Amino acid sequence: MTANVSYDQVEVGTELPAQVFPVTRATLVRYAGASGDFNPIHWNEAFALSVGLPDVIGHGMFTMAEAIRVVTDWVGDPGAVVEYGVRFTKPVVVPNDGVGAEIAVSAKVAAKLDDRRVRVDLLATSAGEKVLGMSRAVVQLA
Amino acid sequence: MPLDPSFIGRTYPPTAPYEVGREKIREFAEAVGDSNPVYVDTEAAKALGYSDVIAPPTFPFLLTYRAADQVVNDPELGLDFSRVVHGDQRFSYVRPVRARDRLTVTCTIESIKSLAGNDVLSVRGEVHDESGEHVVTAQMMLVSRAAEEG
Repeated sequence: MTANVSYDQVEVGTELPAQVFPVTRATLVRYAGASGDFNPIHWNEAFALSVGLPDVIGHGMFTMAEAIRVVTDWVGDPGAVVEYGVRFTKPVVVPNDGVGAEIAVSAKVAAKLDDRRVRVDLLATSAGEKVLGMSRAVVQLA
Repeated sequence: MPLDPSFIGRTYPPTAPYEVGREKIREFAEAVGDSNPVYVDTEAAKALGYSDVIAPPTFPFLLTYRAADQVVNDPELGLDFSRVVHGDQRFSYVRPVRARDRLTVTCTIESIKSLAGNDVLSVRGEVHDESGEHVVTAQMMLVSRAAEEG
């Protein structure tokens, strides 16, 4: 693996370039097909409402996939991610209004570890709500 | 009825091999809008030292989620899947998944807890390739919400 970022260049508190990821109903249908997760809460509004949700919600694993892009775009080599974990705290609500929702992801170096690794803490929000908790990655730097 | 804690430590048989397709990786990368060339371009992957294109970090969930059906649908365990939500997810990587890998998943029930009337089930999926090399471990926490009273 070949990270673009050197361990020596970063400090605790170094911020990674933040990104915003749009999510529409079409995004969710596409993700359902690619991932094989066809739970109707992610595409069928009537079903989502019937189980007490405010609207169709995004797949938690879609949010998890988007959030780590802040790290993989930073290091270049996705294989530099050694560990990655999240807690799903709030759903990403995706209205059928042609606009959809946005997932905003920021991240910073939280700790410098042994073997030129760092722990990166991620913050993912949608409509002002934190949608991932304890969202952390361990990344092997050069 | 709470889940039986004697299931903690139960390991299920390895799944049949899943062959990772180059076009499946492309489809997944496009679905998450990730244009990193290492997912689609063999030369870009080789430049980073990989023998073939690799898959995005959350791709292994496609396999481990399906494998966890053995646990979720285990009639002896008796989980009510209609009330289940995905609580958390973790991956520990030995190496990235790559095209042409033939992968098996071995699921183990790591913990069963009862929190505020909800069943909390943690399942570990160990992913190995055809040569027996460990590729990634995925841990999934499922929460089965307590049925409403009356």
